[in-house]
Amino acid sequence: MDGSHHILSVLVENKFGVLSRIAGLFSRRGYNIYSLAVSPTEDPRYSRMTVVVDGDSAPIEQVTKQLNKLIPVIRISELTADQAVERELMLVTVKVDGSFRSQVTELASIFEAKILDVGYEAMTLMVAGAPEKLDAMTELLAPYEIVELQRTGRIALAKLSRESSKLKLVKNKGA
Amino acid sequence: MKLSGAQALIKSLEMENTEVMFGLPGGAILPVYDPLIDSSIRHILVRHEQGAGHMAEGYAHATGRPGVAMVTSGPAATNIVTPLADAYLDSIPIVVITGQVPLSAIGSDAFQECDTLGITMPVTKHNWLVTDAQDIPRIIREAFHVATTGRPGPVLVDFPKDIANQMMTWEWPDSVNLPGYKPNLKGHPKQIKEAARLIGESHRPVIYAGGGILKARAAEALRELAELTGIPVVTTLMARGAFPDDHELCLGMPGMHGNYTAITAMQKADLLIALGSRFDDRVTGKVGDFAPDAKIIHVDVDPAELGKVRRPDVPIVGDCRNVIERMITAVRSDQTKRDWPDLAPWRHQVKAWQTEFPLTYEQYEDGPLKPQFCIESLRDHTPDDTIVASGVGQHQMWTSQHWKFRHPYTWVNSGGLGTMGFAVPAAIGAKVGMPERMVWAVDGDGCFQMTAQELVTASAEQIPVKIAILNNAYLGMVRQWQELFYEERYSEVYLSPDLPDYVKWAEAMGCVGFRVDTPEDVVPTIEKANEIDDRPVVIDFRTDYREKVYPMVPAGQPNDNIILGPETDRPGGR
Ligand SMILES: Cc1ncc(C[n+]2csc(CCOP(=O)(O)OP(=O)(O)O)c2C)c(N)n1
Ligand SMILES: [Mg+2]
Repeated sequence: MDGSHHILSVLVENKFGVLSRIAGLFSRRGYNIYSLAVSPTEDPRYSRMTVVVDGDSAPIEQVTKQLNKLIPVIRISELTADQAVERELMLVTVKVDGSFRSQVTELASIFEAKILDVGYEAMTLMVAGAPEKLDAMTELLAPYEIVELQRTGRIALAKLSRESSKLKLVKNKGA
Repeated sequence: MKLSGAQALIKSLEMENTEVMFGLPGGAILPVYDPLIDSSIRHILVRHEQGAGHMAEGYAHATGRPGVAMVTSGPAATNIVTPLADAYLDSIPIVVITGQVPLSAIGSDAFQECDTLGITMPVTKHNWLVTDAQDIPRIIREAFHVATTGRPGPVLVDFPKDIANQMMTWEWPDSVNLPGYKPNLKGHPKQIKEAARLIGESHRPVIYAGGGILKARAAEALRELAELTGIPVVTTLMARGAFPDDHELCLGMPGMHGNYTAITAMQKADLLIALGSRFDDRVTGKVGDFAPDAKIIHVDVDPAELGKVRRPDVPIVGDCRNVIERMITAVRSDQTKRDWPDLAPWRHQVKAWQTEFPLTYEQYEDGPLKPQFCIESLRDHTPDDTIVASGVGQHQMWTSQHWKFRHPYTWVNSGGLGTMGFAVPAAIGAKVGMPERMVWAVDGDGCFQMTAQELVTASAEQIPVKIAILNNAYLGMVRQWQELFYEERYSEVYLSPDLPDYVKWAEAMGCVGFRVDTPEDVVPTIEKANEIDDRPVVIDFRTDYREKVYPMVPAGQPNDNIILGPETDRPGGR
């Protein structure tokens, strides 16, 4: 992924069908999604969706304006890559027999990954961090043969600044 | 008060002042049709659910009030998808109620189950699935609110059968609370002032009025703005009637089949004041070459329209009427501060184009009947405030071009989706909403065959609409493209003038049917039709199949390339 991606943090009403409204809007207007994470918020009435959008597939202004038209969408905050702290979680199972196990364990400790499960010929690791860190870890594990790999998609919050908040409120409805 | 879900639904519709609904019952919606018997709401039984949807649209077009349709689940719900998509693109407020299988059966591929919510999500402003009878009043209230406020549009409420039978405690909510829906109607004062300043600096301004003017009931405000500033006005296909065609500042319709002056004035403008219009491709032609020298003021209640196609210099989010009224004040105050440019030379130029390039056609006395002649005769032999609906194709363009719209809400048509078959049911809906007015549909022979059966509905319900079929025996608009752009290789466009026999068909549906073959019969037959007020009338006008719609800007080309008529059909002429 290059620098043209945008992160939209979308606060939505926690109601039936909201995810498909949002996903449907993206597909029908031809906007590409890199990743999408849905999570509950501190208020049970709302959920937060973190959507990473390909900024080249559509002007981000159109994307946010169209999203804002969806009735369950309460608020959208846009974060560009350099304004955000992004984290992602990865689970990966690698094929390792006894002879390579210690090498993989070593890699795991460099990346502060956790060993979740160990079998005779494989091992499952969990690693959290910036998406780039997960990419690097995946590359280094590749020679050992990755059996299965899953990533959650990123979640993001605005970087805190000493001067003022960099969180750009795209449009607070009704404001 | 305890009510069943079905009773609560009907009562909620009554609370929203529903006077009429268009529909057709079936299994899943059966429980709701029972309390309907005791309701004040008039129900019009359609012959196809698509008809119900277009009738609701026609009703909304003509009255400004939301049209209501009710149908059952599965195939009935899919039958009404076309009108929903139509209403979505043309921003028409309709409320559609669909039956659904019981909640407990949803997802089990039950009889007549379909994912109505999922299917209609992309073609509604919002839709709801009722999961608790207690929510019915709130949901109906929200549905009407969403359909009619901000940028209007279609909404759908999916109503499971078991919810209809569930008991609830009646309580009507006294307000709507949708935290994610707060349309901004007001328009930013600074932007409005900036717009006035820009208008005061322009020498070749054009007001580009769209359907939003009608939705906002802003026709009077528009007229005041135009007269105050002396700026010529184009009215898009969706805005015909929003500014009177007989006004000296009116340039008529722009776009692919617009007139030379409307198209060219926009092309040469140094300022476009876009009011409730959306830079549709049928108006702009090739976007990159559209109005190249124009600055843009763009007013729309939907923020997403601003900058979607063309970046405005002054974007204003707001209701057209509200914004125009305040723009008028801003213009007045700006005019007192400095001298505004004299627009007389510009208006003079525009007049010169009008004189040099009028719409033309020729009706020879004993030649074949020209469709434009039929339309002009109809225009001249019907009351001023006649409502005219149309289908989609050549006849639609000719009607929009040749009718003289003098009042708002007299033009009912399918602009955005271009839905063949719209005219007959939409005319019926309009007549139901405006029973005192004469309602004519100008339809194509192809279009008529798609929804004609609703004339049975009109006969049964005594809704005396009048239909003028311009029977050119072809899918004429498609034929035109094949003639001009596919070297006259005609592929699947011939329909036959006699099959079906439109007069017999009309009679079979309880209507009066006439046939007109010659120019001298046109007016007498129209006059006979106008006399009939107890049932629908159909006139089969046998028109010249060779006639084409001009002017024409071929799709995807810059608006400078206007084909004016047959002589310029081909490069080098013919
Ligand atoms: C439902 C639907 N199907 C196909 C089309 C494509 N189409 C546009 S105009 C047209 C021809 C319409 O024929 P007719 O009603 O006879 O009108 P005419 O152009 O001859 O006046 C067709 C097929 C459409 N707009 N809508
Ligand atoms: Mg035809």
